[in-house]
Amino acid sequence: MSKDNLLDRRQVVSTLLANRKDVVAIGGLGASTNDMCAAGDHARNFYLWGGMGGAAMIGLGLALAQPKLPVLVITGDGEMLMGMGSLATIGLQKPSNLSIAVLDNEAYGETGGQTSHTSAAADLVGVARACGIGDSRAVTTMAEVEAFAKAVHDVSAGPRFANMKIDSASLERILPSRDGTYILNRIRGDLGFQPI
Amino acid sequence: MHARADAADTAPNWPDDIFATLQRFDIRQVPYVPDAGHSRLIQRVLASSTMRGIPLTTEEEGVALLAGAWAGGQRGVLLMQSSGVGNCINMLSLIPILRFPFLTLVTMRGEWGEFNPWQVPMGSTTQGVFELSGVQVLRASNAAEVPAVLEAAASQAYNALTPTAVLLSQRLIGAKVFTK
Repeated sequence: MSKDNLLDRRQVVSTLLANRKDVVAIGGLGASTNDMCAAGDHARNFYLWGGMGGAAMIGLGLALAQPKLPVLVITGDGEMLMGMGSLATIGLQKPSNLSIAVLDNEAYGETGGQTSHTSAAADLVGVARACGIGDSRAVTTMAEVEAFAKAVHDVSAGPRFANMKIDSASLERILPSRDGTYILNRIRGDLGFQPI
Repeated sequence: MHARADAADTAPNWPDDIFATLQRFDIRQVPYVPDAGHSRLIQRVLASSTMRGIPLTTEEEGVALLAGAWAGGQRGVLLMQSSGVGNCINMLSLIPILRFPFLTLVTMRGEWGEFNPWQVPMGSTTQGVFELSGVQVLRASNAAEVPAVLEAAASQAYNALTPTAVLLSQRLIGAKVFTK
């Protein structure tokens, strides 16, 4: 079931990653990881196939370890709701190089499309702002997506949060590698870290 | 109102031994859920110029954080209480999948003179939960063995990528005493 006048998720993620340069991107468990892969596999893509709720915290750990690198978490509304406390943790740490983009289709697309809390009650932008993430945006147009994609590269002005309303269309799955050790070590290698 | 055996005027030195080991292993990120047993170590971490103490809202955040830290080239250690171990179970799955160095230091409740029955179920299953999740468990029961246990744990965690939990027993910490 697809709503009118909502953003196309693949177009959103492609735009976020189009001129990524040195961005490290973390995809949440579910379709957002597939969207990242659909936009093009990359050595700095951190695909999650499990650990639901952990995407933003992986982003925080990475952002604190590499404060000059732009770190972008791209996750879904269900994943973000499960790790909502991490927004408070991020608000406290204020990593200026961390950006979080939530692809909000108001549904749990991976499990049959059950309605999520964002459809009627939970305002993730309000939550993020109330947790101390001052730059928290509600995004409904591609122009706003493009502006956010540009902002991601400013590693001195974050953390920033964007809740992007996407349509709930179910798309063909583009599956990245499922080998977590490979995914993580590929990122480490690209950042210049040798295997132990 | 409560008083603890490790009140400030009788503070033991073993948390300083832990801090020294963490410094030697170049630990940079220290996520924690506030906990009385870890309070002295947390103070040392927060005062450190090389380590970053990161308060969490729930322990599982710390597991994911350490995966990200390692992706970015930094080592970390997760400080928590036995009651928080249960909060981590699904997130512990990241450790074998991503194969990043994992060390956690767990102050124990629910054992050795525990007065609060609500602490007992999780305290008594902490070791089993870790072992079922693929995390090796070491234990320190007295102050004298803390340096050697920490050294062993940090070595195997960071050098041999062997996920390790150190249980700091309630006997070491001192059972919580509530007084009216």
